[in-house]
Amino acid sequence: MKRIVSVIALAVIFGATSASAQTLKTVKDRGILNCGSNGSLAGFGLPDAQGKWAGLDVDLCRAVAAAVFGDDKKVKFVPLSAKDRFTALQSGEVDVLARNTTWTSSRDTQLGLNFIGVNYYDGQGFMVRKALKVNSALELGEASVCVQQGTTTELNLADYFRANKMKLKTVTFATANEAVKAYDSGRCDAYTTDASGLYAERLRLANAADHIVLPEIISKEPLGPAVRHGDDQWFDVVKWSLYAMLNAEELGITSANVAEMAKSDNPDVKRLLGSEGNYGEQLGLAKDWAVNIIKLVGNYGESFDRNVGSGSALKIDRGLNKLWSKGGLQYAPPVR
Amino acid sequence: MTMSEGDLAVAQIKFVRQTTLEQQPPPMSMHGPIGWLRANLLSSPFNIALTILIALFLAWIIPGLLNFLLIDAVWTGADRDACREVVQQRTIGACWPFAWERLAYFTYGSYPIEERWRVDVFFAMLAIGVFWILWLQAPRRDLATYYCFIVLPVCSYFLLHGLPLVGLPVVDTVLWGGVLVTIVVSAVGIVVSLPIGILLALGRRSDMPTVKLFSVLFIEFVRGVPLVTVLFMASVMLPLFVPEQYSPDKLLRALIGIAMFASAYMAEVVRAGLQAIPKGQFEGAMAVGLGYWQMMRLIVLPQALKITIPNIVNTYIGLFKDTTLVFIVGIFDLLHTIEVSRIDPKWATPVTSTTGYAVAGIFYLVFCYAMSRYARATEARLAKSERR
Repeated sequence: MKRIVSVIALAVIFGATSASAQTLKTVKDRGILNCGSNGSLAGFGLPDAQGKWAGLDVDLCRAVAAAVFGDDKKVKFVPLSAKDRFTALQSGEVDVLARNTTWTSSRDTQLGLNFIGVNYYDGQGFMVRKALKVNSALELGEASVCVQQGTTTELNLADYFRANKMKLKTVTFATANEAVKAYDSGRCDAYTTDASGLYAERLRLANAADHIVLPEIISKEPLGPAVRHGDDQWFDVVKWSLYAMLNAEELGITSANVAEMAKSDNPDVKRLLGSEGNYGEQLGLAKDWAVNIIKLVGNYGESFDRNVGSGSALKIDRGLNKLWSKGGLQYAPPVR
Repeated sequence: MTMSEGDLAVAQIKFVRQTTLEQQPPPMSMHGPIGWLRANLLSSPFNIALTILIALFLAWIIPGLLNFLLIDAVWTGADRDACREVVQQRTIGACWPFAWERLAYFTYGSYPIEERWRVDVFFAMLAIGVFWILWLQAPRRDLATYYCFIVLPVCSYFLLHGLPLVGLPVVDTVLWGGVLVTIVVSAVGIVVSLPIGILLALGRRSDMPTVKLFSVLFIEFVRGVPLVTVLFMASVMLPLFVPEQYSPDKLLRALIGIAMFASAYMAEVVRAGLQAIPKGQFEGAMAVGLGYWQMMRLIVLPQALKITIPNIVNTYIGLFKDTTLVFIVGIFDLLHTIEVSRIDPKWATPVTSTTGYAVAGIFYLVFCYAMSRYARATEARLAKSERR
């Protein structure tokens, strides 16, 4: 009994220490990256018919694996629910949490997470029937709104209607599935959830073309991958994997032309692709870390189009997720 | 025909019939379809009412089911447009091409495609084992027990998990999914729960205080906590106590949880059987000089298990369906792979979810019904001794 107790005590101590430092070394020694992801959200993390995971969050993990190993397949995707995602990261079960997680102050501080940035700017939106001839969420007074109960979505909805002095009639449902079904059958005039979800749910309606997503976004939901507190080197590796994808798009480097671009004279390109300077080594990675990311995963724009944008079934508008140079919010610091 | 006076007189006194009457069929109302209807469906006013009620219910549900599953169903197509009413301009039932495209995923989950033959071999080995041990006329059934309880588990483990020594790369259990996981989890539960359940049941009836206390505590504790709680504890709490490299595999945790559960329930089922055996059987066994284990093995358990077959199978069927609970800890069993697939935007239509659930329903129905039929046959076979 004494022995069991001491083993457990040791385990707790080692668990605490091994979880905090040296993640990059642990990952390299293990030979595989453990990535916590959603597993059931179209466009962000979902296994395809072959059982291969695909999505925007999945691509971020593949990018980290490409940067660390030069091989985007060395990722083990651990499906996490909204409840067990933070424990999984804290306990060291996963090295990166890329699971459409909203960056909030309490999560950043209380839960011991470090968000590495925002790979998708989301926000709550509304979907209505075209026949309703509504062009703005501000015209939704007196309209009934279908919403999933017990979510922040429901609270945001109430706040928004109160702030704009509109009368709110909500119809709540336990699951998103039921809420959409009810909206489709005409029980409500509008349906609300995060905008990325609206596009996915719209496809499931009897006639998607009869419905529009209103332009208003009533909440800020910056979705970002996170790592544990206390390991700055690993934080940098994951952060710069995302920045490499963003910088690549900005510089016009794609998975198709990355080999040619390596010969470019543009100093920004040269620094990113490692033909000038030792920025990869500074991160604890190989010289061609960014080349691997771009070659195997693609730049941010490619990833966006493939998973959620025009190249996917979801066809979500880039909107806020355009590069800063194109009027969006996606901005990466330079490599130099 | 002429008859003498005397003959007539005798004939008037006693008549002896020389031939039997030709058999008449029973009246139409007692045999044939009408007779069957009368006897089984319309025997009393209450029965008539029930029959009408059930007929109405069937008339209400069957056309809808047939329409959805067969008549209005879509059989071929490449993507969601094939299953959309707006595009096809007709009522759409089940979207079978979706299920067809996802069939491999429903079966293997994310198991690497080039390694999937290993899962096929496992299914084949399991099927052989099941037939061998359950089919009474099978040759060499004495070997079947060894095959099923020693060869099969060991081979399956190395086959599915991998053995790099002989060139089978390790496949992490995170990648396992679909029918594979459902079968593995329920097979482990079913195989482990009966022996442990029997031991716990014997322990609970034992005179030895420690054994009894342990059995009672185990059974009452495990039965008193919901399975979901155990699974959550195993998947959320355990990693906090044990460092990552030592924490047991997620699937293994779920397997242990489910095996413990099934064992505790099985113990109570077996105990009910033991309780039903008359004391005379125990005393008789002891009187002929059998020891405890011999008595249990030769006299008591064969009788006790025979009368508990319906309950054992009931527990098995419950367990088989309870395996779907592993989805809440992120293990991709059949139901979870269906849940995930119905979200796929490529097949997003109003009927996709229903089609997926229909697949799950059919799968579980087939398996549970097969189990229940086999149990009925076994019961009938073992009950022969009680028939006069």
